[in-house]
Formats: sequence, C-alpha cells, structure tokens
Amino acid sequence: MDAILLQILNGLDKGSAYALIALGLTLIFGTLGVVNFAHGALFMIGAFCAVTLQRIFTISRTTVDESRTDFLGNPMEVDTPYLEIWFGPEFGAALIDWSVPLAILFAIPVMLLIGWIMERGLIKHFYKRPHADQILVTFGLAIVLQEIIKYFYGANPIPTPAPSAFAGSFDFGAALGFDPMTIIYPYWRLIYFAFAGLVIAGVFCFLQFTTFGMVVRAGMADRETVGLLGINIDKRFTIMFGIAAAVAGLAGVMYTPINSPNYHMGMDFLVLSFVVVVVGGMGSLPGAVLAGFLLGILESFASMNEIKSIIPGIDQIIIYLIAIVILLTRPRGLMGRKGVMED
Amino acid sequence: MSFRRQTRRGILKTGIAAGAGLALPTIFTARSASAFTNEPTGSSVTLGFNVPQSGPYADEGADELRAFELAVEHLNGEGDGGMMNTFSSKELTGEGILGKRVEYVTGDTQTKSDAARASARSMIEKDGAVMISGGSSSGVAVAVQGLCQEAGVIFMAGLTHSNDTTGKDRKANGFRHFFNAYQSGAALGPVLETLYGTDRKAYHLTADYTWGWTTQESMQAVTEDLGWETVNNVLTPLAATDFSSYITPILQSGADVLFLNHYGGNMVNSLTNAVQFGLKDAMAQTGKQFEIVVPLYSELMARGAGENIRGIPGSQNWDWKLENQLGERYRGTNVFTQSFGEKYGFPPSQAAHTCYVQTLLYADAVQRAGSFNPCAVVEALEDFEFDGLGNGPTLYRGADHQCLKDVVVTRGKENPDNEFDLVEIVEATPVEQVTYPPDHPMFAGGALGECNEGA
Amino acid sequence: MLGLDRKDTGLLAVVAILALFAPFILNPFPQGSELAQFNAGYPDLMQRFVIFGIFAIGFNLLFGLTGYLSFGHAAFLGVGSYAAVWMFKLLSMNVIPAILLSIAVAGLFSVVIGYISLRRSGIYFSILTLAFAQMSFNLAYSVLTPITNGETGLQLSLDDPRVLDGGGVATSLPLTNFFGIEMRATETLNLGPWAFQFNAGYYLCAILLLVTFYISIRIFRSPFGLMLRAVKSNQQRLSYTGLSTRPYTLAVFVISGMYAGLAGGLLASMDPLAGAERMQWTASGEVVIMTILGGAGTLIGPVLGAGVIKYFENIFSKINEGVLHGWFGALPDGLENAIVWVLARFTGEGWHLTLGLLFMAIIIFLPGGLVEGGRRSRALFRRRGRRGGAAEEDAAKQRAARPAE
Repeated sequence: MDAILLQILNGLDKGSAYALIALGLTLIFGTLGVVNFAHGALFMIGAFCAVTLQRIFTISRTTVDESRTDFLGNPMEVDTPYLEIWFGPEFGAALIDWSVPLAILFAIPVMLLIGWIMERGLIKHFYKRPHADQILVTFGLAIVLQEIIKYFYGANPIPTPAPSAFAGSFDFGAALGFDPMTIIYPYWRLIYFAFAGLVIAGVFCFLQFTTFGMVVRAGMADRETVGLLGINIDKRFTIMFGIAAAVAGLAGVMYTPINSPNYHMGMDFLVLSFVVVVVGGMGSLPGAVLAGFLLGILESFASMNEIKSIIPGIDQIIIYLIAIVILLTRPRGLMGRKGVMED
Repeated sequence: MSFRRQTRRGILKTGIAAGAGLALPTIFTARSASAFTNEPTGSSVTLGFNVPQSGPYADEGADELRAFELAVEHLNGEGDGGMMNTFSSKELTGEGILGKRVEYVTGDTQTKSDAARASARSMIEKDGAVMISGGSSSGVAVAVQGLCQEAGVIFMAGLTHSNDTTGKDRKANGFRHFFNAYQSGAALGPVLETLYGTDRKAYHLTADYTWGWTTQESMQAVTEDLGWETVNNVLTPLAATDFSSYITPILQSGADVLFLNHYGGNMVNSLTNAVQFGLKDAMAQTGKQFEIVVPLYSELMARGAGENIRGIPGSQNWDWKLENQLGERYRGTNVFTQSFGEKYGFPPSQAAHTCYVQTLLYADAVQRAGSFNPCAVVEALEDFEFDGLGNGPTLYRGADHQCLKDVVVTRGKENPDNEFDLVEIVEATPVEQVTYPPDHPMFAGGALGECNEGA
Repeated sequence: MLGLDRKDTGLLAVVAILALFAPFILNPFPQGSELAQFNAGYPDLMQRFVIFGIFAIGFNLLFGLTGYLSFGHAAFLGVGSYAAVWMFKLLSMNVIPAILLSIAVAGLFSVVIGYISLRRSGIYFSILTLAFAQMSFNLAYSVLTPITNGETGLQLSLDDPRVLDGGGVATSLPLTNFFGIEMRATETLNLGPWAFQFNAGYYLCAILLLVTFYISIRIFRSPFGLMLRAVKSNQQRLSYTGLSTRPYTLAVFVISGMYAGLAGGLLASMDPLAGAERMQWTASGEVVIMTILGGAGTLIGPVLGAGVIKYFENIFSKINEGVLHGWFGALPDGLENAIVWVLARFTGEGWHLTLGLLFMAIIIFLPGGLVEGGRRSRALFRRRGRRGGAAEEDAAKQRAARPAE
C-alpha cells in the first residue's frame, strides 16, 4: 500500500515537470501555430537562471591566507562572498542558501524578455512557413542556446541545492496515522508539485477570467475573425509566447534542486514533452496537463520492482508504449481538437 | 606526405571503379611503400586523440585533451618534462619519438560508438595517425579498440572501467592503463568491511548497460564474500534523470547499504535523489545506519553532486594528492600535478592522468622497440614493468593488456577547501590484492588474437 | 535514356559524375598544406556522404512526396545494420547477403510500423513513429543486449561461425568483402603534392547510390508518385473520390524503410559495427534535417543536405586550437590569439554551434533549402532563371504555393 502511495507521489512529481513543459508548448502551438523545438532549451535556460543567480550571489572577494597552501604549494586564496561581507555572514549565507527560490523573481523577467526577443526576432517570420521549417529553425536555435550555456557553464552538472530549511522529508505516515517513516517524501518535491499546481491554475485562470485571456482564447479558436473585429491579436500572442517561455523557465528554476542542471537537460525533456503534448491532444491545454500527470504516474508504476520482474525493461519503454496505445484508441489524443495538425 | 596503402589487392583490375580508365599505373605508389599502416616517413609522427567534446562527458573530454597536449609538449622537449623525469624508463629524451616531432589531431567521440569510430577512422585514413587514444566510456573504448585492431594501429584506451575492455572484448592492438570494475570491487571490499562490518544487506541500483552490469557483478561478488546479503539489484534506464521511483522502495526492502552502479550524469542524479530522500541519514530496518557506496568515482562527478558526495566511499584510478599523503611510492604524481596545474590553473583529474600516462607509455614503447610498427610496440608493451608514473610499480600484463597497479579508495571530503578538493584518500589497496588471473570468469570469453600491423 | 526524359537524364548524369570523381572533387587541397584540413576525400567520409545520401533519398520519398513526417526513420537504419552484422557473424563476410538481409529486415519492420502508424496522420503519425523508434533504441541498449550487444554495439569476434567462409576460430578479424574485393581496399594516387584515395567500399556505395537515385526519379515521375503528391496536397478530397490512400502511403513507407535498411546495411558493410545510437531520436531527427536542409521534395536536395551535415560533423569537429594557431601563426601574437579564440568557439568542440547557426541561416534565408538557394543564385547569374533544373523548380514552386502544411 505505502509502496503504491509513494509511486503516486513520485508520479505526480514527474508529472508536474512534464505538465509544465507541455503546457508551455501547447500555449505556443495553440496561439501561434508554431512547433517550438526550442522549448526544452527554454526549460534549460530557466534552470540556468538559478545557477546564474547562485553565481552572482557568490561573487567573492579573494584574500590570501598565508597559513595554508594550495595544491601547487602557493599560499591559498580564500574566497569570501561579498554578500557575506556586506550583510554579515549569517544573513549573507542565508541569501545564498535561498538562491533557488529567489531565482524565481530573477527568472520571470529574464524569460519574458527571452520569449519576447525570440518571438519578435525569429518566430514571427515563421508563422506562414511549413511546420517542417519551424522545426528546423527552432531546433537550430535550441542547439545555439545550448552551446552558449555550455561555453559559460561547462558540460558537467552544477549542484544547486534547495534552501537547507527544505532539506528534510515530510512524514506522511505519521501525519495520516500509519506507521511513521513508511511514507516519507522530500519537502522540496512536495513544493515542486504545489508550485506546478499554482502555475497551471494561474495560467488557466488568466485565460479563463481575464478579458485578455478571453481574446486569446477567441484567437486560438478563430484567429481571422478576431482579427477582423479590429483586435490586434498578434500583440497578444507575442505576450502569450513570453508567458509560455516564463512557464518553461519557472519549471526549470524549481527543478534544479531535484536534479543538478546541465546544458543538455532541455534536449532530454524535449522529446518526452512532445509525446506528452500529442498524447494530450494537439491544441488542448487541459489535455497537456492531464497527459503530463498520467504519463508521470504510469512511468513511476512501471519502475516498481514487482512490475519490472514480470516484464523486464518495461520502464524503458512505458511512455512510448502508452503513447502508441492512446493514439491508436483515441485518434486525437486525450482531448485533441479535430483538424489540428492532422494533415 | 604520407603514402598509404591499406590494401592487399588492387581494386582497379576488378573493374569496380568505373573510373578505371583514368588510372595510369605508373603514378601509383609502389606496393612496398610502407610496411604497416601509416608508417611515418617524414620528420613528424601523428597521434590521434579521440575524446568526447559534446554530450554529457564533454568536460571530462576537455580535461583529457589538456593532458594529451601536455604530454605532447613534454615529448617534444617543451615545458618541464613532467613525469618523463620520474618515469623508470629513461628512453624518452624530449626529442619527440624516434627523433620525429610529435604532432596530434583531435576528434569528437560524442560518447557514441558510431561517431567515435567515424572520428577514429578519419584520423587513420586522412591524418595518418599511428596511435589512437582517449575516450570516456567503455562502449566507445571497446568499439574504437576493435576498429584499431582491424586497421592496424595501436589503441591506448582512455577512461574505460568495464571488465570487457580487457576481458571479453580484449584486442591485441589495444591497451588499458585505467583500472576496471573487478579491481574496484577487490579494492573496496576490505574497506567496506572495516567501515560497515560483515553483516550487511546490499541493494544495487545499476545502469542498464554493459558497464553497469560488470560493475554490479563485481561488487556483488566481493560483498557476498564478506558475508553480506544482496537484497535486490534494480536496473535503471540510461536515459533516466529522476531516480525517485527507484529509490523509494529501498528503505522498505530491509537493505542497509545502497550501491549506485552509475557513472556521470546518472550517478550525479541518483546520488542527489538518494540524499534528497534522506537515505544518507536514515536508520535502516536492520537498526544500522544506512550507507551509500559509489563504486567508481570521478572528480567531475563529485563536483556535480556537490555536498551530497560527502562521506561516500568509492574507488579511483589515481588522485593528485597521492604522493603527498601516501609517500614516495606514488612518485610522479607531484611533478605531473605541478606541470598540469601551472599550465591550466587547477589539478588534473584521473581521466587526464591516465591519458597522459598512456601517451608516455606508447612513446616509450616505440622508442624501446625502435619502430612505430604496431607489432613491435605490442611486444615492447607486453609484460612491461615500470614505475614513477604516479601509480607505484606497475605491470602491463601481456596476457590481457591490462595494467596491474594499486587502486585508490577514496571518499567524499567532509569540509572541502575548494571545488578541486572534494575527495579524500582512504587508502591505496596494494596491487597484490587487486590482481586476478587473465582468465578469471568475469573476463572470460575473449581472445587477444594476433597483433595487426595493417598493410 | 532509361525511361527518363532529357532533364532527368542530365541530373542523373551529373550525380554519376560527381559520385565517380568524388575522390578528386573532395580533395582539392594538396596534402600537407594548411587547407588540407578541409579535404573530405578520405574513404570513411566519402562512404558516409553516399550512405546518408541514400538514407535521405529514401526519407524524401516518404516526406517529400506524401508530406508524412516520420520521426523514427533511424530505427530502420538500425535494424538494417544489426541484420547485416549478424549476417557477417553467422554466414559470410561477403557484403551481398548482408545487404540483402538488411533490406529485407528493414522492409518487414517498416511494414509493421507503417501499418500501425499510418492509421494516423500529421503530428500524430510523427509521434507514433518516434515512439516505435525510441522503444527500439531503449530496448536495444538494455534488454536486447544479447542480440544487439547494447552500449558497445554489435561487432565481429574471432570465434564467429561464418558458415560459408569455412568457420573456425580466426587469428585476426576478417574483413568485409565483395566476392574477394575487400571493402577497406584503398588505392592512393599521388599527383604531385596531391593524394587521391580510391576505395572499393566507396565505389560500391556510389553505385548503389546511383541505382537508388534512379529508382527515386522513376518513382517521382510515375503515376504512383503522382498519387502520393495528391495525398500531400489533399488527402481528404482524394478519399472522397472513393480511393483508399492507405495502400499507397504504406507502399512508399515500406520503400522508404528499405532505403534506410540499405543504408544501414552499407554502414555495417563499410565498418562492421552496429551501435544502438543509430536508432535514437537524434539520428531520426538528423535525416529530417538533412532532407529539409537540402530541399524536401526535390530530387537532389536530400543528398546535398546529407553531405553538408556529415561534412560539418567530421571536418569542423577536428579543427582544434592547435590547427587554428597553425593557420594564423603569421599574424602578430595578440591578433592571432584573438582570431583563434573567436574561431575556436565555432570549430573543434564548438562545431555544434556552427551547425545550429547553419540550420537557422539556411532556413531563414533560403526557404526551401539548398536547392532553392542554388536556383536563386542561378537566377541571379543568368537573370532568366526560369530555365534549367525544371525538376527542382517544380518542387520549389509547389512548396512556395503551399504556405502551411
């Protein structure tokens, strides 16, 4: 029982990441009709916003400590972050400790800006082009972004821990009246799940309950008519692109304590998130979210030893297997709209 | 410049080449032009350094390349000479190899067997390389070793830890200086016994490919000899990034030691996840403190894992602190660290060390053999005993082309001074303890075959 | 000639001449000169140009004609390679049975995958093919290791049975051959400072490229090809006329899968190792990119695209800082270092960056790919560019007329 509960938690957690990325992809696709292969790269850049903020916080004054020597036998250089010098060692260290959550504030404007530049500078010219051209140009862009990050940060993963306040695990067992220490789950992963829920709810509310969102939804349904009504739909779509980029970026920032970021993490997620979007159904936001959580949970179940011992290697292929089954039984994925990207 | 023939028969008479009519037989190179593949005829000799420059191991590849550049510098008599000063063989004089200046070409393996072979082939066919070295994964090492065997050049393996490289996939033209999974196990065994006792229950998470399997097999054999019980061995997909669903069942299984048979990004992620789930501080159901072991360590992985690596034991081929901490036996370590550190500003990794040493060993073997002929080099390297290259007295065993030397057992340092000082040395397991017969079951099923000189 | 009209015969002749004289054309710089780094006329790369050309031609038959974007084509290349290596291990080192089996196995594989995937269209089709290929890759890397030798890739060993070759344990690995002509056999022609390499394996591949290119022209010009184009322009209307399109799309899917199998078999014949990475999505993506880069739906485009990508991968990745210093050694130190630093970002370990920029540049400035670029520059030179290369123009026009797919 607790094993299943734990795997559901694991699945919700993985699903959060899938759902957030897929949500952004669908937003871009649904509004602009663009297949964005650089979306994984946006997720990666979000993660590196956290790394960058950590680096900024730890910019240090270097002093020479004559009493110790470094590996070459020279006097050792000791780095003290300026933050600790300015704000006192305790508050300074706390700021550095909290760099990942603080990076959210840093990442939002950065990602909105990157999204805006990308849309105005590149994607705009590809609205009318075949999807194949869009794939190629955004894939090229993804490689370029990746290589830029690799140049500045190297290829090795960079540890970006969560604030030490969230280091432990929450004991569900004790809270729910089972045996303590049977169902424990790390705080940060619970926060990630809650955060994903908030962002997803935020995006839906924004589209559902604001005038801006209403116009965007109308534009997604019938762009031409909205244009004929004298509404500048392009401008709103540009903003939506920025929002989609920000959603991917935030998913990346919050993901860094779970897995140390590296420059190709975006590519690792890219293919999976496309599978998620398509399984959810092209152009459907709820579909993308639903498919994200569904695939996350099923993937977790497939990793269970009991299941692996029946079908060896099932965890290697489960996502693709489910994608095939769903697409064969439901032609447009879970909640896809008719006629979207079907020719 | 290089006159090459890789053929035994002319192709033109077969008529396969439709352009046969063009051929003027008189301007073809004479058949006897060279005795073996890529015989260097000019004033220089070309070596091929094939390292990962893209993909997850790109940083490791960059470090290997630095070491190669340093080795070439030293061979050509530039710089401070590095380990040539401490090397027990004194054949190398800084005048290149056999008086020929050493030049090199580089390529990107992309950590894919296919790409690595393409890159190595271009070095052999286009640049005329007589030796290929480098690489950061066993799959690539085995694939490139096979290619070098077919083409008739020498392969000096870089970082490759799988038993197969000098086991079931051993080749006459290939040599490995790096240690292997079996030796990791043999070295870790006694240390694990002192640290954690003889009554333990082990749980393995294993990367689902050949290297992972051989490592797991070796660790399981060693720990069961200690009297440990193996609770479970779970294979994880190579592409996995989030290991949470493999980690949550561990505490419930009754195990009290977790082996992470992962390398690179896999290891960084699985360790990070395991620590997140509190395994490092947990009390196991057996009432003992829960422990994590990472059989193969690298400095770069330690850097990627950050604080999570602290206190976790593992094994290494070499560490730059060896000579300072364990003394004169490991001489060579300090001079190498010195010359690498002065050139690049940070201490070398074990990947850099093994690549540097392999280059010197090759050059020395050529020098002793008096020829670049691969078969002569093989003969010079087989059963060659040497010292002063940082690992203590070492034997290049002729039966399987594996170096036998001490293995370093390390653990994550609790309070590191900086990002290059993340591991501390627990002990160096003497070579006798990690020596095994070449036909040991874990290495069985391979044959070196005959050396191939191409041509 | 051969049932082709004048223009197509001309195109085939051009390709034939390029393929046969490739050892000269690709080696324009003398050995030992600084620019020799840019020479591509060595056997491995020439073979790759041609083999990936075949792969891309096959992919283009499916994508260029029907518009069905398969994102899992590398799976066919992969199974082709495995089939070929198994043939070398079990039967004979002769490449003919290996190539035949690899085509057959890839064909069978594509019948199964095609039959299932073609029930959906558009991006749903793409994801189905992607899913099959990724499953093949993941399994080949892990669970299927006894068949595929996993991470290392399937390779020959000394004690393989090789029934037809007499069997027995060899002392050295045998070489792949075509009735005794070794695929690695290379003659070097030295003309002054130039060295041109003629490789038996390359010419075998080149001849097969010409055959497959010829078949591809015939398919493009056939009623069958016309039907496929009809599928691309409006499948719905076609089915309203009472016609089932599935047999046509399945047929071309299988043909295209067999092309991939042939390419895989040839890769293994030139270098007997089959790695699982050949089936990864990045490999499938690569052939998509080759085709679009060269010009989807054109005859020669995919071959050009394959050439460009393989050239960058193999040549640019080998230009390290040492080489750059060699080129600019004559300049003053500061300037030399600055230039080398900048260029080093784009070569050696930075070759991916160059590739990414190249994709973007071509697709931004030459919609329709390299063939379109060629057409434009010809138009620029002649100022009456409506002549010549009509075959390619057709396709280019067709594209231009269809803004979104």
